[in-house]
Amino acid sequence: MARYLLKRLVYIVVSLFLIVTITFFLMQAAPGGPFASEKKLTPAIEAQMNEAYGLDEPLHVQYMNYVVNAFSFDFGPSFKYVGQDVTDIIARSFPYSLILGLEAIFIALSIGVLLGVVAAVKHNKFGDYTAMVIAVLGISVPSFIMATILQYIFAIKLGALPVGRFDTFWHSILPAVALATTPLAFIARLMRSSMLEVLNSDYIKTAKSKGMSQKVVTYKHGLRNAILPVVSYLGPLVVSILTGSFIIESIFGIPGLGSEFVQSVTNRDYTVIMGTTVFFSVLLLISILIVDLLYGLVDPRIKVTGKGGKS
Amino acid sequence: MSKILEVKDLSIAFETYGGEVQAVRGVEFDLHEQETLAIVGESGSGKSVTAQSLMRLTPMPPGKFTSGSIMFNGENLVDKSDKQMEEIRGRDISMIFQDPMTSLNPTMTVGKQIAEGLIKHQNMSKKAAHNRGVELLKLVGIPNPETRINQYPHQYSGGMRQRAMIAIALACDPKLLIADEPTTALDVTIQAQILDLMREIQKKTGTAIILITHDLGVVANAASRVAVMYGGKIVETGNVDEIFYQPKHPYTWGLLSSMPSLDSKEEELEAIPGSPPDLKDPPKGCPFVTRCPYAMKVCENHMPEYTDVSATQKTACWLLDERAPDVEPPQSARVEGVKTHA
Repeated sequence: MARYLLKRLVYIVVSLFLIVTITFFLMQAAPGGPFASEKKLTPAIEAQMNEAYGLDEPLHVQYMNYVVNAFSFDFGPSFKYVGQDVTDIIARSFPYSLILGLEAIFIALSIGVLLGVVAAVKHNKFGDYTAMVIAVLGISVPSFIMATILQYIFAIKLGALPVGRFDTFWHSILPAVALATTPLAFIARLMRSSMLEVLNSDYIKTAKSKGMSQKVVTYKHGLRNAILPVVSYLGPLVVSILTGSFIIESIFGIPGLGSEFVQSVTNRDYTVIMGTTVFFSVLLLISILIVDLLYGLVDPRIKVTGKGGKS
Repeated sequence: MSKILEVKDLSIAFETYGGEVQAVRGVEFDLHEQETLAIVGESGSGKSVTAQSLMRLTPMPPGKFTSGSIMFNGENLVDKSDKQMEEIRGRDISMIFQDPMTSLNPTMTVGKQIAEGLIKHQNMSKKAAHNRGVELLKLVGIPNPETRINQYPHQYSGGMRQRAMIAIALACDPKLLIADEPTTALDVTIQAQILDLMREIQKKTGTAIILITHDLGVVANAASRVAVMYGGKIVETGNVDEIFYQPKHPYTWGLLSSMPSLDSKEEELEAIPGSPPDLKDPPKGCPFVTRCPYAMKVCENHMPEYTDVSATQKTACWLLDERAPDVEPPQSARVEGVKTHA
């Protein structure tokens, strides 16, 4: 187990290095720079600025500095917002995204799994059709439309929940629901098909032949086996929720990390791009590791060992 | 020995898009304590549906009972509600399935899978059920039961899984054990061990066994009585010796001929030409008529009644009618040297 973890950590470092490198060269390849704007700076000032931020150095020196900085998690000051460090920006905006993301994952998982199980148990009956109509709607309606519909109904018409910003728990409900719809629908469909397959399997017949009730058969024998595909979907789910949150954050006016990330790209704010990219990547790689460990817990056939990774 | 099971005129049909499939058509048999009845027949003959419907495990719908009764311990299982059946399943009747690789839950330890039934039917505590589980694993011949009980099915070999499956089935001392092709998916060496085990357990516990198989070697090894099924009907039934040494039905002859033997010089395996009838539109007469080398005009339109060949053997074939010509079974259907268990 310890060996396995160590091995995975090495992989994480290697992937991070690759991500950091690719980001650097993509940043360089993109036209424009942090100081390009409508109002042209005088060449003297621009040269001074470039020198101050080390942008006048040859490319390989810049790259070296950048990699060293990235791995020491010291990203330096933002180019755009004077006097703000990248770490400050992340520390300020990440809690919003985290709360929003966790809420959305919780909603997507709990309701998605429930809908999927109901659909499978009531296969080809009313419950199945209802659950699948919800799922198809959730997949086909994009989150930004869902967000505005939710705002219109719950905030404007009913006045039940705040329309935007992020102050209390109540503010987080609408954006979290909007963020959760697509993954929720996806999980529901995944859960339905895998539950249907499991319910037709031989060991379910064995459980029935022991005299177990339908409830015990479905939940005790079926659910744990059927949930495996959903567990492996958790990795990509974290990604889609993190990257998807940008749109939701801007619709609801939430100062989260997603919007910082996208803004930094349009601003060519090199240090912030780097900082948010590394931060997101670490988050992602760790969540994938956690999902893999979780998989081993749910399915005893998958052993977490150092030898040959997962077997 | 008292009669514990009596199946009368049992018919089961399945609704499909293509029409109603009459999988089982008027099957009748009975079973006494300590007895092993083998139901033999090829794929699609209705033997598995018959067996599973005894436990009401056939999915209904699309399946349904169209006629008949299953009297078990004086109660008709056809009329039982699902809740009542849950009480009977696992306690009075239990079942062993064909493929031990897929019939155990992969995410649950073997011990828990054995304990489940004990906790439900005998109100045992978890601890007591665990201890009984160890005893059962020992009974079915699994070494180191104390360690093995906490392992998952994937840590067992195929033969051991089938032993574990038998332990699960035996947990509550059922009166009737239904074994649906219990050895088909196993290596030949393991097959013999599993059959021996079932026989041993029957001697110890006195449970009656219904053995579903298409392997006549298994039948000779394990059964005391045999019912030969074809096209959803039982075409011949009798003691194991009668079926092997004086079979009367051409289908039984065919089955015996297609059994390979070590002594014969023949290179080719004998087969029964043709394929079984489509039960969506079952034949009016004898279902075997299209493949029977001795078929007569009468066979096509009239199902033969059972003729009592002996006190225990019954055969449904027009050849046994007094007006029919005398037909001798083919040489290849003569089995010699098959040692039956009975």
